[in-house]
Formats: sequence, structure tokens, C-alpha cells
Amino acid sequence: MLKTRIIPCLDVADGRVVKGVNFVDLIDAGDPVEQAQAYDAAGADELCFLDIHATHENRGTMYDLATRTAEHCFMPLTIGGGVRTVEDVRNLLLAGADKVSFNSAAVADPDVVARAADKFGSQCIVCAIDAKTVAPGKWEIFTHGGRKPTGIDAVEFAKTIVAKGAGEILLTSMDRDGTKQGFNIPLTRAIADAVPVPVIASGGVGTLDHLVEGVTEGHASAVLAASIFHFGTYTIAEAKAHMAAAGIPMRLT
Amino acid sequence: MTTVLIDYDSGNLHSAEKAFQRMAAETGAGPVIVTSDPDLVARADRVVLPGDGAFPACRRGLRGFDGLEEALIDAVEARAVPFLGICVGMQMLASWGREYEDVEGFGWIPGEVVRIEPSDPSLKVPHMGWNDLVIDRPHPVLDGLQTGDHAYFVHSYAMRVDDPATLLAHADYGGPVTAIVGKDTVVGTQFHPEKSQRAGLRLIANFLNWRP
Repeated sequence: MLKTRIIPCLDVADGRVVKGVNFVDLIDAGDPVEQAQAYDAAGADELCFLDIHATHENRGTMYDLATRTAEHCFMPLTIGGGVRTVEDVRNLLLAGADKVSFNSAAVADPDVVARAADKFGSQCIVCAIDAKTVAPGKWEIFTHGGRKPTGIDAVEFAKTIVAKGAGEILLTSMDRDGTKQGFNIPLTRAIADAVPVPVIASGGVGTLDHLVEGVTEGHASAVLAASIFHFGTYTIAEAKAHMAAAGIPMRLT
Repeated sequence: MTTVLIDYDSGNLHSAEKAFQRMAAETGAGPVIVTSDPDLVARADRVVLPGDGAFPACRRGLRGFDGLEEALIDAVEARAVPFLGICVGMQMLASWGREYEDVEGFGWIPGEVVRIEPSDPSLKVPHMGWNDLVIDRPHPVLDGLQTGDHAYFVHSYAMRVDDPATLLAHADYGGPVTAIVGKDTVVGTQFHPEKSQRAGLRLIANFLNWRP
């Protein structure tokens, strides 16, 4: 039976791990490769690096990180942040990423996802969607780290981008990110039920019950969290044991 | 004993290279090189064929390198060296791929590659993540692995073997999904051993020390 994945996410800026609270007030919290190795040993199911200050100039830092991580961690690695072109995807895959995540660029030009999926296969193309509640049961996409409204409906966009070739959706609730109040369950479920590909729930995890809810009520295939693992509030093993006890199939190592 | 990983412009070979190099060093299995040079393939003692993306694209990718496919066929059919296919590299061992269009495979494992259709419609495709293996047949490459060990899968198509004797392991995803196949000196894994932590590294070490 396929297991629900727990994915620790490392927000990276200038080669260092940080974690934002509502995307501001960054706190430096260590070396990404060391963190990755610790999560590998702890039984994380995948790892995710998000380059939150991605610019053309500092791209090389992320390639180097991918390469060094892949040398030490024999587990799947997704990299996102500042990915704009098919060439960006290619460079990250060659550097050692297994999956690459588009965000703002996919909103600006959904066809870039189609071109990347044609070239490298849907299995390695993730589309990150950052959505904010604008009315009950209605969510809008925000880009550029949550600063820029787009007027685009998140559920409709998810369907479109999957039809273009995205193999997975990384869904972040901007309302919940950094709040520790739990995933936005209605949003997560609306998108997970609307697309045939796996949805990773993100944004707002504060307790282990939140992880359970993301799967049982939000219908997510995977749960992503940063702070609760990063600052040692819970271990991966505790999270897995808690989810397994709630009846969710987990890979217990 | 030299092992070559075939590089034919099909995605990320970095982690596969590192995983094979690490296990080769640990078990004294000799050098591991990544190449698309047919002459190096012709002299290799072991061959690993990875593959990401769509079956037809991978097949065309291989043919894009002059003499590479011939060297692979010679390695298996004339020299009978141990051969491991990974993901689409495993799928290409089949007789036919049915992804987008009908494309011939190497035919070393009779069967075809078809879209996964889970009996439970709520199951997502691609089949992505960790699934537990059910070992169907013992094989030297599976030494130390057992039913219940987890492997990392990412795929939307899967192989259906004609001869059950070639099915070494499967996973369950709304029905059986072929996980490991083997026949004579050829083995293949649908999952990514280089991404599968303990079980994956063990399988790689076993392959590097397999003397069929």
C-alpha cells in the first residue's frame, strides 16, 4: 500500500536555512545539507528546498546545495523558488534535484509547465500554488511570495496546470502559513478532489493532529511542514507514529 | 570490474552515480562511470540503464547516441553481463511500451508497459511515493530484502510481464504493480533504488556483486 508522505521543507536564502513566519522575520537556522542529512536519518519521506530569495545571481548556490545534498541523501529531493524556464529545470535536475517546483512563472505562463513536462516528464514537475481565501469556498492565487494578487481562482488554476503536465501540486494556504493553526482544510480538499495527481498540503501546521487532518479531511497525499520539525517541537518519528495511530498508512522506519 | 551508468540525456543521474559509487566503494566492486560512449559500454562488466520521463522519449534518446543501443544489446545478448534497468530503463526491457504511442522495447522481459489503472478510482496517478514490496521470487539481487521493505516509486505506467517467472516483486496500488523483474542476466526495478534509502542501497550493492 502506498504510504502518506511527510516532507520537511527547508526555506533557503543565500545558502542558509531560514523559516519565515508569514514570509517575514526570517530566522537563520543552519546549514541545509546538514539539515537534510538529519532528516534523511530521521526517516523523512522526501525533502523540499525552497529558495526564497532566488535571483539569477545566486542560482549557483542552489545548484551547489542540490549537488551536495544528493551526495549524502539517498531520498527524493524537490527544489523550488525562482524556477522560470525549462533550462532552470534542466539545471536543477542535473545538479541533483529529483523534482522541480514552478510557482510564479507557471501562473504567468502555464505553458512553461507543459514544455518542462514534455521534456523531462510530469513525474518531476511540481507546481506550487499559494492561495488566499477571498470568500467562503473561494480561493485566489497569490504570487511573488504571497505579495501579488492575480485574480485567478486556485481550483481552476490547479486543474489547468495539471492538464498542462504538472505531476504534483504543492498547495500552500497563505492565510495559514506560519500561524500554527492547521492546514486550510476546505482549500486542500477542494484542490485534492479536483485533480488526479497528488497534492501536498502546506501552511499552518502546529500540531500532529493538523498533519492527520490534512490527509483524512483535506485528502492530501503528502504533508509538508517546516517549523514543527525544524525547531524540534516534534520528530519525524513522532509525527509518523501519530499519523499511523490515526489509521493513516505510513512508512515506519 | 567496471560498472557503467548509461547517460543518454534522461534526467538526473547524479544521485544514481553517487549511490552506485558509494556501494561500490563499500563492497569493493570497482569503478562506476557515467557515460554515453559505446566503446566504454562495450568493455563494461556491468551495465545500468536509468530513465526518467516518457517511454518513447527515452527510446529516442538512446538512439540519439550513435552505437549506444547496439553496445547495450551486445552487452546483454552476446556478452551476457549483469544489466540493471531503473524506472523507464526497466520498462524498456519489455517487448512493448504503450505510452502515447506503441514503441518497441528490448524484449528481454516479455511483456508490455501500460498505464496504471487502480481499481480504486480515488487513488492518484502517478503512483508517487513509498510503497512496500511483496517479494514474489528469491533472486541474488534481492538478498537481504524482504516483503514489507519500502521503495520509492514515481511512475504512471507499469510493466505487465507475460511470464510470471520473470516477476520478482510487486507492490499493491489498487491492484498489483510490477516492482522488480528479472531474467537471465537482466534485472529491472520500477522504483528508484538510489532514492530508496536502506533497501535501495542494499539492492544496488547486491547488483554490484551479482555473478550470474
